[in-house]
Amino acid sequence: MRSILMAMSLAGLATSAGATDPAALLAEFQAEAVRADPGFGGFSAVRGAAFFSQPHGGDWQCTSCHTDQPIQSGRHAVTGKAIAPLAPAANPQRFTDAAKVAKWFRRNCRDVLDRECTAAEKGDVLTYLRSLAP
Amino acid sequence: MNTTITSLLPSRCIRTALIAALLALSSSSPALFALAGLAASLPAHATGVPTATAMDARAVWQSECGGCHIAYTPGLLPRRSWQALMGSLDRHFGTDASLDPATSATILAYLETQSRDTASRTADAAPLRITELAWFRREHRRAAEGTRSGPARSLSDCTACHRGAAAGVFEEEDEDEGARSEGRHGHHWENHE
Repeated sequence: MRSILMAMSLAGLATSAGATDPAALLAEFQAEAVRADPGFGGFSAVRGAAFFSQPHGGDWQCTSCHTDQPIQSGRHAVTGKAIAPLAPAANPQRFTDAAKVAKWFRRNCRDVLDRECTAAEKGDVLTYLRSLAP
Repeated sequence: MNTTITSLLPSRCIRTALIAALLALSSSSPALFALAGLAASLPAHATGVPTATAMDARAVWQSECGGCHIAYTPGLLPRRSWQALMGSLDRHFGTDASLDPATSATILAYLETQSRDTASRTADAAPLRITELAWFRREHRRAAEGTRSGPARSLSDCTACHRGAAAGVFEEEDEDEGARSEGRHGHHWENHE
């Protein structure tokens, strides 16, 4: 039993904590978006920028912590703790850890939208962030 | 907006969140539960010299709990408090700080070994806010009253005054609460309560 659990644990690590990169993530989001809507037409940086900066009905929006210049550092709206830039051009570590990406999209989308984001929304935001240059 | 977010979460909400978290946990797969149990059992073997596992648990705690704020020293709260906090991470003082069950179990096990249960605390007390503990209020009286100037954004912003807080060192400036001159930093405490 224990060896089975250990094997499952290792398998879990391999899939959830895997190294990735923005392009690979976008491909995954794309596949998921097409599964949800076979007519999905592709991601949009413009849509992603609007999604990132607009209110979604709650107290917070993405810019509350990440600012409207996510190529620069942000600050946690409550604790004040510094948040490194989201844009990969300014912070190459961003979007290179699949588990971390999943964790933060889950948390932040629930905080901002009171639900999890769709693959299309995540892809739009990542496309927007990738479009930013220092 | 800050004020709204940081205003105290009513205990009713915490209770609701706790129940929701428990329901969420109970609906997750048995395999995850088993893994969580396995992870939770490992640090318990640590006695005296830290084992590799115990050190890993500390690193996980430091990394995850230190993501949005400093990783608050486990000894600041009793075991029951950490159990309650780790059971309601999806509603963590107004934000979603949810973790996967295995990571959560690893962190809770670490917190449980490092927590501080003192005889003076009532048997079932599980305070959730360090800043509401009687000794904390006493030692930060002027800050809590909003009559003291300082660089901190809130009472939970330990590092603003205690430079070693992230490493669990608070001693060096304990006496400052009464001694530090007003207006020295040019900012005022925002008392969110």
